[in-house]
Amino acid sequence: MTALTRGSGRPNQWLRNLNAKIASIPMILTAVVIFLGGTIWTVVYSFTNSKLLPRLSFVGLDQYERLWAAPRWIISIQNLAVYGFFSLVFSLVIGFVLAALMDQKIRFENTFRTIMLYPFALSFIVTGLVWQWLLNPQFGIQSIVRSLGWTSFSFDPLYDADIVIYGILIAALWQGTGLVMCLMLAGLRGIDEDIWKAARVDGIPMWKTYVLIIIPMMRGVFITTLVIIASGIVKVYDLVVAQTSGGPGIASEVPAKYVYDYMFQAQNLGQGFAASTMMLITVAIIIVPWAYLEFGGGRKRG
Amino acid sequence: MDNIASNSTLTAHETATGRIEKGPSGRKPRRRLSRRNIIVYGTLIVVALYYLLPLYVMIVTSLKGMPEIRVGNIFAPPLEITFEPWVKAWAEACTGLNCDGLSRGFWNSVRITLPSVIISIAVASVNGYALANWRFKGAELFFTILVIGAFIPYQVMIYPIVIVLREMGVYGTLTGLVIVHTIFGMPILTLLFRNYFAGLPEELFKAARVDGAGFWTIYFKIMLPMSLPIFVVAMILQVTGIWNDFLFGVVFTRPEYYPMTVQLNNIVNSVQGVKEYNVNMAATVLTGAVPLVVYFVSGRLFVRGIAAGAVKG
Repeated sequence: MTALTRGSGRPNQWLRNLNAKIASIPMILTAVVIFLGGTIWTVVYSFTNSKLLPRLSFVGLDQYERLWAAPRWIISIQNLAVYGFFSLVFSLVIGFVLAALMDQKIRFENTFRTIMLYPFALSFIVTGLVWQWLLNPQFGIQSIVRSLGWTSFSFDPLYDADIVIYGILIAALWQGTGLVMCLMLAGLRGIDEDIWKAARVDGIPMWKTYVLIIIPMMRGVFITTLVIIASGIVKVYDLVVAQTSGGPGIASEVPAKYVYDYMFQAQNLGQGFAASTMMLITVAIIIVPWAYLEFGGGRKRG
Repeated sequence: MDNIASNSTLTAHETATGRIEKGPSGRKPRRRLSRRNIIVYGTLIVVALYYLLPLYVMIVTSLKGMPEIRVGNIFAPPLEITFEPWVKAWAEACTGLNCDGLSRGFWNSVRITLPSVIISIAVASVNGYALANWRFKGAELFFTILVIGAFIPYQVMIYPIVIVLREMGVYGTLTGLVIVHTIFGMPILTLLFRNYFAGLPEELFKAARVDGAGFWTIYFKIMLPMSLPIFVVAMILQVTGIWNDFLFGVVFTRPEYYPMTVQLNNIVNSVQGVKEYNVNMAATVLTGAVPLVVYFVSGRLFVRGIAAGAVKG
C-alpha cells in the first residue's frame, strides 16, 4: 500500500489509497445502495399499484390522488402541522428561556441541567407510556384536581379527539426541551462577554439585549436547533403509538404511522410508498435551504 | 458573565462605573435573597419539579398494590411498598403468546445492542479515519450522500431494506437488526470520527508515514489510542440510541426477537385483561433503566454525544 503511493511513477489511479478505499466500502454501500438507491426505489414504486408485493405496474399519480382523498391522511397532515408548529415554537421559546436562566451563573447548574435533560435519555415509548398514565382521566391529573374540590374539572386530552394532539405535544416537550436548552446554552456560552459589557455601558436593559443583540447573534444555533427539531417532528411515530395508538378513532394519526400501517398491516405498499414520498418531500423542503446555507459557500475541512 | 447577570437590577450608570473601577475580574458582593435570585431559582425549581414528576410517579406507582392505586392518587407515596409488580413485569407479564415478562425483551435488547454498538463504531471509525487522512477521489461525494441521508425519514428506506435483508436471508433475525442499526448509525458516527481525526495534529500522521507505517498500522498504533474519549462518546450515543429504538425493532424482527421497547409497548397497550398499572409502570421503569444509568454515569460525555448526534432519532 505505502509502496504504491510512494512510488515516483504514477501508479494506477484505482490502486491509490487502496486500503482507504477498501475501508470505505461499507460507507459507500450504505450511501449508494441504501440511502440513494432505497430512496429512489421507494419513489419509483410509489407510482405503481403494488399491494402485497412490490411490482412494477405503473399507474401514474393514482396513489397520490388516493392519498390526498383519504380522510386519515388529511388528519395525519393536520396533526403533524399542529404538532409541528407548537412543538417548534414551544421548544425554541422554553429552551431559550431555560438556557438564559441557566446562564445567570447560578449555583447547582449541573443538577438543574441533569434534571432537565434526563427525559431525553428515555425512549419515546417510555415517555409516551408515562404520560399516558399521568393523563389517565380516572387516576391522573384530572382525578386529582377533582378530588381537591373542582368536581367538574376536565382534563383528558388523550381521550378527547379534538385535543388529543396536544396531549402528545405535552409529552414531546417534556422529552425534548432539555436538549434544546443544552444547545441554546452552548450558544449563549459562545457569545463574547464584551458584547454584554458594551450593552450594559449603553444602558440597554437585559431583556432587550437578549432580543435585539444576543438572539440575532445566535442565528446559527437557532437554525441548527430548528433543523434538528423539525426533522424529528416529521418522523414522530413511537410517541403516538405508545400514547394513543392513533386514537381515539383516527384522531391522533401521523404520517409516519400511516406509512407503517399501509406497508406492514394493510399490505397496500403503493399507498405506503406514496405517503413516505410525501414525507421525503417535506423533509427536503426543510433540509435543502439549510444545507445550502450551511455547506453552500465553500465547505471547510473538519 | 456572572457580573452582568447579577447586576441587572442595578442602574446602568452604577454598573458601568463599578465595572470600570474594578476591572473585568471583579465580583460584586450580591445579596443572597435578591429579587432576581428569587425569580431565577424559583422558576428553575418549579421547572425541575415538572421534569422530575413523571419519574417520581412512575416509581411510586410501580411500588403500590392495585387496591391502593384504585383508591389513591398517583402522586401519593405508597402506603405499603411491594415489589411484586416488578417481579411480575420482569418475569410473568404476557405479550402475545409468551408470558415470560420483559426479561425476554431485555436479553433481546442486550443481544441487539452489544454487537450493533461494537460493529457500527468499528466500521464508522475506520471510515472516518479514511476520510480524514487518506482522502481519495469521490470520497467526499459518498460522504455527503451519507450525511444528507441521515435526514431522510426512515419510512422512505424501510421497505427496500426489508427486501435487501430478505435476499440476504436475515430478515426477521437479530443479525438483520444489527445490520440495520449499523447502517443508520453510520452517518452520524462517521461524521463524529472524521471531524475528530481531522482535528488531530497532521505532523503525527506524516511522521508515521515517513517511518513507513501503513493504513492499518497508523490506525491501530496511533489513532486508536489517541481517541478513547471520542470512542466513549460514540458508545454512549449508540447504546442509548439503539436501546431506545422502537421502529426498527418492530419492522425488522419477529415477535420472539422483539427488543425491550417493543415488548414494553405490547405489554402496556395490550387490550386484553385487567390493566395492571403498577406492573405497567414497573415495566416502564425497567425499560428506561439502562439509558438512564448510562446518562447518569456518563454525565458530561452524554451531553457531548447528543450534541454531536442530535440529528439522529
